[in-house]
Amino acid sequence: MTAILESFFGGLSIASVLLLAALGLAIVFGLMGVINMAHGELMMLGAYTTFVVQNVLKGTPLESVYILFALVTAFIMASLLGIILERGVVRYLYGRPLETLLATWGVSLILQQLIRSISWQLATGIVLFSLLFFGTLWFFSRRGDFERFRGWFLGVMLPISAAITWFVSDLLGKTHKMPFTRPWFGTQGVDVTAPSWLRGGVPIVPGYQLPLTRLFIILLTAACLLGVYWFLNKTVWGLRIRAVTQNRNMSACLGIPTQKVDALTFAIGSGLAGVAGCAVSLLSSVSSNLGQQYLVDTFMVVVVGGVGKLIGSIAAATGIGLLNYVIAANALGPLLSFSPALTAISEFFASGPMAKVFVFALIVLFLQIRPAGLFPQKGRTVDA
Amino acid sequence: MSQANGSVATSPAALDTQPMLDIRGLNVYYGESHILRNVDMSVQRGQMVCLIGRNGVGKTTMMKTIIGLLSPRSGSIVLEGKEITRLSPDRRAKAGIGYVPQGKDIIPRLTIRENLLLGLEALPPGSAKSQTIPDDIFELFPVLKTMLNRLGGDLSGGQQQQLAIARAMMGRPRLLVLDEPTEGIQPSIVLEIEAAVKSIIRETGISVLLVEQHLHFVRQADWYYAMQKGGIVASGPTKDLSKDVIQEFLAV
Ligand SMILES: Nc1ncnc2c1ncn2[C@@H]1O[C@H](COP(=O)(O)OP(=O)(O)OP(=O)(O)O)[C@@H](O)[C@H]1O
Ligand SMILES: [Mg+2]
Repeated sequence: MTAILESFFGGLSIASVLLLAALGLAIVFGLMGVINMAHGELMMLGAYTTFVVQNVLKGTPLESVYILFALVTAFIMASLLGIILERGVVRYLYGRPLETLLATWGVSLILQQLIRSISWQLATGIVLFSLLFFGTLWFFSRRGDFERFRGWFLGVMLPISAAITWFVSDLLGKTHKMPFTRPWFGTQGVDVTAPSWLRGGVPIVPGYQLPLTRLFIILLTAACLLGVYWFLNKTVWGLRIRAVTQNRNMSACLGIPTQKVDALTFAIGSGLAGVAGCAVSLLSSVSSNLGQQYLVDTFMVVVVGGVGKLIGSIAAATGIGLLNYVIAANALGPLLSFSPALTAISEFFASGPMAKVFVFALIVLFLQIRPAGLFPQKGRTVDA
Repeated sequence: MSQANGSVATSPAALDTQPMLDIRGLNVYYGESHILRNVDMSVQRGQMVCLIGRNGVGKTTMMKTIIGLLSPRSGSIVLEGKEITRLSPDRRAKAGIGYVPQGKDIIPRLTIRENLLLGLEALPPGSAKSQTIPDDIFELFPVLKTMLNRLGGDLSGGQQQQLAIARAMMGRPRLLVLDEPTEGIQPSIVLEIEAAVKSIIRETGISVLLVEQHLHFVRQADWYYAMQKGGIVASGPTKDLSKDVIQEFLAV
């Protein structure tokens, strides 16, 4: 009994991380009809943001509540990156799922490398280049006849900006040496430590304590869920997002500014990924492949849950999280002891990776029976 | 209503004689197929204009180009003296066009109330948007009032059509564009829709551009344009509609 309760709460806390990550992905997936392969890297950004905020606040009176600041900062940072991704890449690819998939995958690889190699030198370079190139682009594009000399502009400004950037960052690198060129995070993982009030646990059943960090994540997930539900269903912008998700063209004909809706949807979905990353950083060490670890599971939640229904994501995350945990921990082992064959099977799958394989097989089976997920949409479909 | 745009002719006389909608030399393609050929068409203020033509001649293409879902390769679309040819659909809705598409395009998983509230999006920014549905909308189609909390996708075809017109009217358009509002709808509802459109014109004085196949409805219009193979081949007051023209352009 104890073992079952224990695995229930263990699984539940895994499920809540999955759900938190899936929430943002589901919102963006509903809008694009394609998964954002860089969603995991938005989580990674949230996790690294938490690390930075913790270090910045170290030694200040706010140190004990750094996690609250980290949550807000992670949301903002990830939303900003999400908006850049939407405005810079995805919006040119609406209605072309394969290209979107590939492009966001490319972005995800770039972001992983970026976080490994970012140093003061690289950061200065990126900022300088953006200022030079996009600044002049913005300045000239306000002129009415910009279209005519666009090609000329790109041909001249791109090399000039690149050359200046290269020269300056090289010079700075030579004069300041190591502290300037050393990567901030490097390829090794970095560690976030939970604030003191989140260490320890609450006794759930005799002999089992639910770690406070996990309880915190469960509550955080619940809060995000309520927030998203409220936003989507009770606000004007939520109504606009739901309308554009279902019928983009008609929404535009009614006067809804679809570009703003796209950017906002991306900002919220990405921000939630940032929050999820912040939560994940409390559970394990933070490294550049953090996103990859979660993306597949998260995607499974969205697919199994069905698009456009929060309740579907909740059910799917809980199901997948629990199953994973229960199988990996072999929690049902004692119950199966009557049959040697079943015991052998459950022991065979009783490890993290094997449990994943098992759950994955179950999902494939499930999708054969219900291709539209747990909660398929009612009503006549639209061809969008 | 004052025009903020300085380039627009603003003397009252000019405003009165300016057509509501003026289309010149419109050419529209789907890929390489030339659908609309040099179309000229205009809708005067307070007028109801009907576009007729057989299936597949390009009527819907015309309506989609007016609202901005398709962009013309050449030609111009001018609404109340303001060039809108390059504007996005949402800007055109805000400029005063209410659009009821052929497929009705009710948002299926929003309630009737939410679908109606979306109509408010066309109101110019800054105008106070109380998130309520005014009574005159329900006077047009009383049936909607009884099912505000049902999903749009669950309505019958006739009810969806009524909802689509009501939704367009929520945005207080000055030009209402209706693409075959009676297609595939039972005769009693056709009369209801016809009556509603007439009452809209009577009460609000807005202009209407209609695509229609029912002769009775066509005759309610002031002016007709007949389309064939993507070009306008005949036009005139509807009272002059001859048997020949009707035979040729209406699928009756
Ligand atoms: N998405 C599309 N791609 C390519 N061709 C199209 C597309 N939509 C319509 N067409 C073609 O454009 C032509 C005009 O179509 P349109 O829908 O404007 O006709 P219509 O006059 O509205 O017909 P109906 O009375 O049946 O509604 C048709 O020949 C049609 O085959
Ligand atoms: Mg048509």
